[in-house]
Amino acid sequence: MLNAKIPEGPLEDKWRHYKEHAKLVNPANRKKLEVIVVGTGLAGSSIAASLGEMGYRVKTFCFQDTPRRAHSVAAQGGVNACKNYKNDGDNVFRMFYDTIKGGDFRAREANVYRLAECSASLIDQAVAQGVPFGREYGGYLNNRSFGGVQVSRTFYARGQTGQQLLLGAYQALMRQVHLGSVQLFARHEMLDLVTIDGKAKGIIVRNLDTGEIQRHGAHAVILATGGFGKIYYLSTLAMGCNGSAIWRAHKKGALMANPSWTQIHPTSLPQSGEYQSKLTLMSESLRNDGRIWVPKKEQEDRLPNQVPEEDRDYYLERRYPAFGNLSPRDIASRAAKERIDAGYGVGPLKNAVYLDFSKAIKDQGVGKIREKYGNLFRMYEKITGVDAYQEPMKISPAAHFSMGGLWVDYELMTTIPGLFALGEANFADHGANRLGANSLLQACVDGYFIAPYTLANYLADEIKTPATDVQHPAFDAAAKQVQDQLHLLKGIGGKLSADYFHKTLGKILYDKCGLSRSAEGLKQAIGEIKALRQQFYADLFIPGGLTINSELEKAGRVADYLELGELMCHDALTREESCGAHFRVEYQTPEGEAMRNDQDFAFISAWGWAGENQAPIWNKEPLTFEFVTPTVRSYK
Amino acid sequence: MHIRLKIWRQENSQDTGKMQDYELADVNSDMSFLEMLDMLNEQLLEQGQRAIEFDHDCREGICGQCGVMINGRAHGPLKNTTTCQLHMRSFRDGETIYIEPFRATAFPVKCDLKIDRTAFDRVIQAGGYIAVNTGQAPEANSIPIGHPVAEAAFDAAACIGCGACVAVCKNSSAALFTSAKITHLALLPQGAVEAQERVRRMVGQMDAEGFGHCSNTEACEAECPQQISVLHIARMNWEYNKAQLLKK
Repeated sequence: MLNAKIPEGPLEDKWRHYKEHAKLVNPANRKKLEVIVVGTGLAGSSIAASLGEMGYRVKTFCFQDTPRRAHSVAAQGGVNACKNYKNDGDNVFRMFYDTIKGGDFRAREANVYRLAECSASLIDQAVAQGVPFGREYGGYLNNRSFGGVQVSRTFYARGQTGQQLLLGAYQALMRQVHLGSVQLFARHEMLDLVTIDGKAKGIIVRNLDTGEIQRHGAHAVILATGGFGKIYYLSTLAMGCNGSAIWRAHKKGALMANPSWTQIHPTSLPQSGEYQSKLTLMSESLRNDGRIWVPKKEQEDRLPNQVPEEDRDYYLERRYPAFGNLSPRDIASRAAKERIDAGYGVGPLKNAVYLDFSKAIKDQGVGKIREKYGNLFRMYEKITGVDAYQEPMKISPAAHFSMGGLWVDYELMTTIPGLFALGEANFADHGANRLGANSLLQACVDGYFIAPYTLANYLADEIKTPATDVQHPAFDAAAKQVQDQLHLLKGIGGKLSADYFHKTLGKILYDKCGLSRSAEGLKQAIGEIKALRQQFYADLFIPGGLTINSELEKAGRVADYLELGELMCHDALTREESCGAHFRVEYQTPEGEAMRNDQDFAFISAWGWAGENQAPIWNKEPLTFEFVTPTVRSYK
Repeated sequence: MHIRLKIWRQENSQDTGKMQDYELADVNSDMSFLEMLDMLNEQLLEQGQRAIEFDHDCREGICGQCGVMINGRAHGPLKNTTTCQLHMRSFRDGETIYIEPFRATAFPVKCDLKIDRTAFDRVIQAGGYIAVNTGQAPEANSIPIGHPVAEAAFDAAACIGCGACVAVCKNSSAALFTSAKITHLALLPQGAVEAQERVRRMVGQMDAEGFGHCSNTEACEAECPQQISVLHIARMNWEYNKAQLLKK
């Protein structure tokens, strides 16, 4: 039975109570304790810097050339915090409620409440680090509204909030590297987790420059490696984003929770051809001022500016008048797909909808719009060659954020003692759908404010444990397994590239385990993925050697995706309801809205690895709602 | 489009390296420059050859990882654009395109178009931060920062650390990168307290890494994807001189 270790007591006292009773590590003992942090995005950099400050010995790893490139850098829109600066009635409970409702009542109450509770401190921390958030003329912080809420709680740094928050965390990390409390290993990729006596004790990494396989031991391992939305190939994620670290940990015993819940973001640029490597995200913040519409006439051939008001269908405002263009992402994405599938899509491939700023420009002036979104408009023009001040943007849904990830308890510890998962790498706070501007928040809060306490609670019992011996047979076995896999992949000697397999897998998943799913489609997908995996091990080709070799890196990640993709379909197949990002066509209302089933599916699916080509082991963590009553999630 | 390419191939940092010719037919003008390289790599792979190594990640113009010299210009012919945001519509059918890594002593080539930019990290490690610990920061609105000051700090903070400024400078100077961070933090009240110590340490590290002195040609600003202004270099010099004068 999974124990989430939720503290007793009223919701608002749980975290305080935990902190008051958590075990501590004496400052003199911290230097005896080693911690590995994999990933240097917001979650990874913030926890590594925090632990370094506290006096632990930290090693941190990333596959990029520098921590400043982690994909947190690309989050544009903002970060949520219930500061109530706008005096519009925001508070911790309201933010908690919005988040849990936004996640379609498929997240833990205690975790979500803690997220809201810690949010205000994050803004304080980031401002102290010099993050240049948007300001009012009087000098006080400004904020704006985001999808799924009716108050202004999203703080922003132009359209580069993720970049600025990451630079804050990166700089804090660099300070610790300079002080010697954190050792940084850039261009290193984790290829396996090492467990000894059931506890996480280290990792095997590959130096991507030299090809050297290294062993690193520690008293605890933290995975902060982000999400795996790139499994769809075409996604909003950076090319290097992958699920390998968490998947390798899963194969060593950590449970994987709700893997099929991947958010499809409504405001990406549409696909324009087969050659495309990614779908660039336009910040959701654009929906504050942009109005979304499609022509009322099918196959409309007039240019957007020539389509008069009466011939436009502002379908979000029509269907969801209370939230309109700020409807949550899953609702907005599905509504766009519904219009596109019905034949009202726009653009050369008829796969987009319009995001129109003409009214906002008329009301506020072009200068104000430029100040708010200038860099996004510039980016749009670079990619499409279109000036969005003059004609509407074309946008389309795209795979984005993984709500699923490693199962963690309230302490952010996985089912392997000593292995923690932070940020998007865990499944914890967003339920079946993440509200905009909550991902930066979760990553930072996990790293700055939660894990420093919960990790200490674990490490307090490890003080007498000597440094991990990397010559232990468990390290030998893991290193050998990694070497064997690299040689296996190199030795296949087929004809097809890793990208070919990745694209093929992505298409299967997008069609059958994407915006909508059906039992029939998912069963087909499982069969197709199995066949593709067989083909991969028979027909892959990797040129080059075992040192710097991007193709080899990609192949390892695709090998993991080919297993993870099957688990995603399996998870989606067993969840016989529609909730959040998971829309099973068999379970919908006559109006086409998602139909949740709280009676039978108010639980988290946490899957165990049973071995290659074996059915995964299904564990359930029941969700109990003590403080809110799950309701039909209506944004009308 | 039909494209001819001359691309720098270098096995490793010890190899002397050389330009090599390639041709690509059926390039779509809507492809990004990196997607064109992906296409070339697929072609090389079909021929059983090693793929061309190049740095890239977000492909949204924000991570700063991509960056090569294209026809002698950092990130190619467009102003204020990263390589990943450059599209093939910016080239002519039949054109020959030269692609080389960013060149600077402080940015050694690792393989083909991949370079080592960790010198930038060490410049930041030397003092490019506000020395605040986690967990006990004061209420954010207790430090009001006027809108113009916050915006000016932001203009400097927008640097993505791609290294184009170094690559286009005839002295391989990192002055634009370093000065952007110095300005960002010096303008803010939180960062002003440490400004003197910071500028001395960061400039010292910049020199130690082997970056040259500012050449005053302003090529860095002209090629910067983020439009970082050379005025930050003036501020860095001012901050540095002030720090030296006031040094106890």
